[in-house]
Amino acid sequence: MSAPAVVPAKDVKPDAVPPQGRPFSRANFLQTVAGGYVPLAIAVLVVFLPLLWMVLSSFKQPGEIVTLDLQVLPAALDPENYRVAMTTVPFGQFFLNSTIVTVVGSGIKVILALLTAYALVFVRFPFKKLIFVLILVALMVPAQVSILPNYILIAGMGGKNTLWGIILPGLGTAFGTFLLRQHFLTLPGSILESAEIDGAGHWRRLWQIVVPVSVPSIATVALVTVVSEWNEYIWPLIITDKPESMTLPVGLTLLQNSESNGAGWGIMMAGAVLVIIPILVIFAMLQRYIVAGLTQGSVTG
Amino acid sequence: MTPQLTAKPGRSAEPAATGRAQHAAGAAPQNRKRWSSRSRRDFVVFLALALPNLILIAVFTYLPLINNIYYSTLNWTLGSASAAVVGLENYVTFFTSADAGKVLGTTAIFTAATVGGSMVLGLLIALALNSKVRGTTFARSAVFAPYVLSGVGVGLVWLFIFDPGYGVLAWILRSFGQQSPQWINDPQLSLVMVIIVYVWKNLGYCAVVFLAGLQSLPQDVLEAASLDGAGGFRRFASMSLPLLSPTTFFLLITTMLSSLQAFDLIRIMTPLGTGTSTLIYEAYLQAFGAYNRAGYSAAISVILFAILLVITALQLRFIEKKVHYS
Repeated sequence: MSAPAVVPAKDVKPDAVPPQGRPFSRANFLQTVAGGYVPLAIAVLVVFLPLLWMVLSSFKQPGEIVTLDLQVLPAALDPENYRVAMTTVPFGQFFLNSTIVTVVGSGIKVILALLTAYALVFVRFPFKKLIFVLILVALMVPAQVSILPNYILIAGMGGKNTLWGIILPGLGTAFGTFLLRQHFLTLPGSILESAEIDGAGHWRRLWQIVVPVSVPSIATVALVTVVSEWNEYIWPLIITDKPESMTLPVGLTLLQNSESNGAGWGIMMAGAVLVIIPILVIFAMLQRYIVAGLTQGSVTG
Repeated sequence: MTPQLTAKPGRSAEPAATGRAQHAAGAAPQNRKRWSSRSRRDFVVFLALALPNLILIAVFTYLPLINNIYYSTLNWTLGSASAAVVGLENYVTFFTSADAGKVLGTTAIFTAATVGGSMVLGLLIALALNSKVRGTTFARSAVFAPYVLSGVGVGLVWLFIFDPGYGVLAWILRSFGQQSPQWINDPQLSLVMVIIVYVWKNLGYCAVVFLAGLQSLPQDVLEAASLDGAGGFRRFASMSLPLLSPTTFFLLITTMLSSLQAFDLIRIMTPLGTGTSTLIYEAYLQAFGAYNRAGYSAAISVILFAILLVITALQLRFIEKKVHYS
């Protein structure tokens, strides 16, 4: 079957290399440092320094930013910028909206993906192959080219500046369906057959057998969906123009517009922290699933 | 497609159904009577489970494609109740205006630079990650992290770093006695700035996919070459790199597709799109910027979609080939 993403290997653990039995000679040591540690250290620093800078700057007073001498550390861990960010624009509301959109949107998407994938694999139906191809094609249609028609459709339904208007167009899930279908195909048929003999209907088979043995795959789909819902920008940007219904990324744009002088950078960094850190924390805890999901499926959404 | 549940008789003893449902079951002949009623039930179960998702995909993914093509034939101001059909005029306007060269050129530069940049750097990082040192698991996660972060947040952080007045970069240049370039105001430098940040955000994806490719290479072959006296670079250039070509091609396609759809960073770092207006951004600006030219914007979206379609078709052809040869 032509999958949209064919990554040659599964989630290979980099530390699974054979143990090195070489002597600790000086030449070997230097080679290891120059060939392995130095490039890795540079790569990690290039990633982390900008993020560290963001966090440090979010605690700086305007005077510590608008200065010709770079001040690396803030004078004090004063959350003043966060307070200003919250009062300049309704940040609490943005945060709440983002959370609702992410939780409700991802929840529905995961359930829809689960039901569709189960139906595609375990329920007899005449046009399954065609339906699967249509889902695969949808996986490749970028949401970006649909924004104008979807805007006209949702605005016509009265969904402008509403949370359901933000959530609805993204609910259909080709990515999750695809990923879960691929996983379900690998489940041994015998466990379902015995359940069927015991008289378990599809509903019970789905929730009592398929779901419990598919937790890692479902987690992968859920996490990738949560990340993309939280970060989603172009659609909420277009469908909202009132602060009450904006999500965090869109709200940050508002903050950017209201703080255009140098002194505003600290406040903007506080805003960036609020949008970046939740995902960074989730990623740090569950990166295995997220990396696997994003590199196997390649297309998110 | 469904290796499971192929020849299991149902428990129910309901009367046989006929027609399509029976045909669909494809069960062994002796079971046909019992299959069919179950098949009909399965037909309903399937629709109940899959239909909500399928309808959503149809309405919000397929329908917009058709509508976009229709809108692109209209002279229509967004928000206006009336629109005139003008055929291909929007396309003609785009391709004959000065916009076309600029937008297509910007798109080409942005795509080529971001794809090339993130693939080359990604491969270098993958090679480092593939070395036998401790801490590669952590490093792999670390370099992947920017890929999952909000483009808006990342854009703001880098905008501050690039700030010609108070940014870190300006400070570093000042300490070498240099003036900071006008990253924000100079259109060409704006494009360079957005490209750098985009590569920063996406190279971890390339690195992880390349790493998976490197680790799936036949180790015995590489070791044999090593025993034959082939040096590290030689082994890489004449063995690993050619063997990696499926991974390279896959990445080329996927990164090209995502670069062509890059929006968040461009919007947050260069809101006016001066020097950075790619096809996707131009489509956004035309409809939702100052002009409200819905028909014209739809035409640009259709052009973008056509380009994406060609690239996707290339990918599918390639996968077919690969499946064929393996």
